[in-house]
Amino acid sequence: MRERQVQIPMEQQAFRFKEIQERPERLAPGHRMCAGCGGTIAVRNVLKALHPGDKAVVGNATGCLEVSTFMYPYTAYEDSYIHSAFENAGATLSGVETAYRVLKKKGKVTSDYKFITFGGDGGTYDIGLQSLSGAMERGHDMVYVCYDNGAYMNTGTQRSSATPMYADTTTTPSGTVSQGKPQARKDLAGILAAHNIPYVGQTTFIGNMKDLYVKSERAIYTPGAAFLNVLAPCPRGWKYNTPDIMEICKLAVETCYWPLFEVIDGRWILNYKPKNKLPLEEFLKRQGRFQHLFKPGGEGLIEAFQKEVDRRWEELLNRCEG
Amino acid sequence: MSIKTRMSGNEAVAHAIRQINPDVMPAFPITPSTEIPQFVASMIANGEIDTEFIPVESEHSAMSAAMGASAAGARAVTATSSCGMALMWEVLYVAASSRLPIVMALVNRGLTGPLNINAEHSDSMGARDSGWIQIYAENNQEVYDNFLQAHRIAEHKDVHLPIMVCQDGFITSHAVQNIVLWEDELIRNFVGEYEPEHYLLKEGESMAVGPYALSPYCMEAKKAQAEAMKRAKQVILDVAGEFEKITGQHYGLYEGYRLEDAEYAVVAIGSVCGTAKDAVDRLRDRGVKAGLMKIRVFRPFPGDEIGAALKNCRAVAIMDRAESYSSQGGPLGAEVTAAMYRAKAVAETVNIMYGLSGRDVRVADMEHVYESLQKLAAGEIRYPEYPYLGLRSASGDEL
Repeated sequence: MRERQVQIPMEQQAFRFKEIQERPERLAPGHRMCAGCGGTIAVRNVLKALHPGDKAVVGNATGCLEVSTFMYPYTAYEDSYIHSAFENAGATLSGVETAYRVLKKKGKVTSDYKFITFGGDGGTYDIGLQSLSGAMERGHDMVYVCYDNGAYMNTGTQRSSATPMYADTTTTPSGTVSQGKPQARKDLAGILAAHNIPYVGQTTFIGNMKDLYVKSERAIYTPGAAFLNVLAPCPRGWKYNTPDIMEICKLAVETCYWPLFEVIDGRWILNYKPKNKLPLEEFLKRQGRFQHLFKPGGEGLIEAFQKEVDRRWEELLNRCEG
Repeated sequence: MSIKTRMSGNEAVAHAIRQINPDVMPAFPITPSTEIPQFVASMIANGEIDTEFIPVESEHSAMSAAMGASAAGARAVTATSSCGMALMWEVLYVAASSRLPIVMALVNRGLTGPLNINAEHSDSMGARDSGWIQIYAENNQEVYDNFLQAHRIAEHKDVHLPIMVCQDGFITSHAVQNIVLWEDELIRNFVGEYEPEHYLLKEGESMAVGPYALSPYCMEAKKAQAEAMKRAKQVILDVAGEFEKITGQHYGLYEGYRLEDAEYAVVAIGSVCGTAKDAVDRLRDRGVKAGLMKIRVFRPFPGDEIGAALKNCRAVAIMDRAESYSSQGGPLGAEVTAAMYRAKAVAETVNIMYGLSGRDVRVADMEHVYESLQKLAAGEIRYPEYPYLGLRSASGDEL
């Protein structure tokens, strides 16, 4: 529909942590997300990547984020915001973005806007996959951000196709004859890369959030469709000590369970390669959802999970340049 | 100058869209409405309009994108039929409760079971409680005229509700009929520019659409929506009045055909009304006081008007083109008899199921309906259940 705008992402501004953190919050405090929620950290930091003064319309799939940040008559969003249903965040924002182009052309809207929509892994990997795929394939100038906490957390930790293998969830409970979720997680970033959109990024919360910031900025300011997958731990669903979130994310990256990479105009780029790849066990043992793997009989399962992580890591290395 | 020509119902909708030049049209093809997005895409391809067409991957996304576009401040239209609208179902309610004036061309076709592509009202009747205004057409002229009035009704500040402009699949959507087209400039002035009070992209303010609302607020939101639907009745009449001034075409909430002194009345919706009018004329020629109540606006339901108009009839047949599987009859049957009860009308009634999955209805069939009404009023027959018209069965359920 639209001419593919092949354009190198704009020169990154230098990452000035203090200045960026001092930017006004676009997700106002007072919302009702859990203390320590990874989803909230993702949203705040993605929106921080909007350059000061730039306008945006924020979209949202139904989920924890929506019911906790826009509870009538209060909204936590400083920008215009739209939620319509669970599985249609991609399509809904594609309508907003299309309206913007028409109204701009007709002179009815004069300001510049960016379009960013947020969905959990339920609304993105599963029920909203078709709507996301359609919006990305049509090339709308928008960013779809998945805050991936690896289960349907809003309804109480049911498994999703983003749930890691063997995780204990309320629909794949570990039990006397079950070891949690039997299947490995879906590679959504790979699926989005196969849409041949200009930008796909996978990130999480590391250090001073530079990786998340840089990728958010690139996703927002790359013309055309962009997708960002952010690992966003959920203390309740993953069952870890809430203040440990940064450590959990670091372990996800250092074990190569959650590699940091980008796909820019079809080029795969690995952003971080651990010097000493940690055993997956280090990531698993900190979380209650994997505790059954550490009981007698679980060794083989950890080994199988490690093998799957290794296989995907090797595959990623082969795809990436250099 | 108006133009006398001939075209199909789908062409008539496309022509209306060309004249209105809406901002955004997301659509997904489904028989028998497919031609509408095709015609529009072709007009865009040839620079006749500057609408942006969004070739969505499903009807669910069509309605979602229409919602997004409308909330953003654009005039949004779409078209669908049958299962396509069923797939939109969830978003129909969200669009209505978000008070977005989306205009949808609905080419009525039966919902699947078995799969069938022909005229039936099960799609729109199923969505009768979704909060959308519903207007139906007897012929291609009405399809065209209704679509031209739709934006004015939906966008009116007293209303702010989405509207579906319904027509019978194939019977009007594909059949070519004589039609009068109104001048472009006349229509553009009539429809006017869309100037919403609040929208996502409005300069100087931000807006949030689609909240989670708890019980202390949600009920009030629904009541406010119900009040808007009530107010739509007067707005529909006012817009029709203005339309009549520029075109001479008269439209109301319903059309009574030889109804004033009728003893035997049929109540129906859509293209079958043309057939019924022929039957009325034949019966009148034979001295039978037959009449027709053609419902144009089903949502909001003009119950008081319908009840009052049928008050003096001896027998009334209420025709449904949609099963409700309630074992009591169809949706129109339920609503019209309730309206008659409130108006203290004492006519005998029978709810007739007709034309399902495109089953043909001829003038002779409608004459048979009126003859049955005479027998019903005379106490010669009774209908303990709701009969099917033209059913190939020996079960005794046929009329």
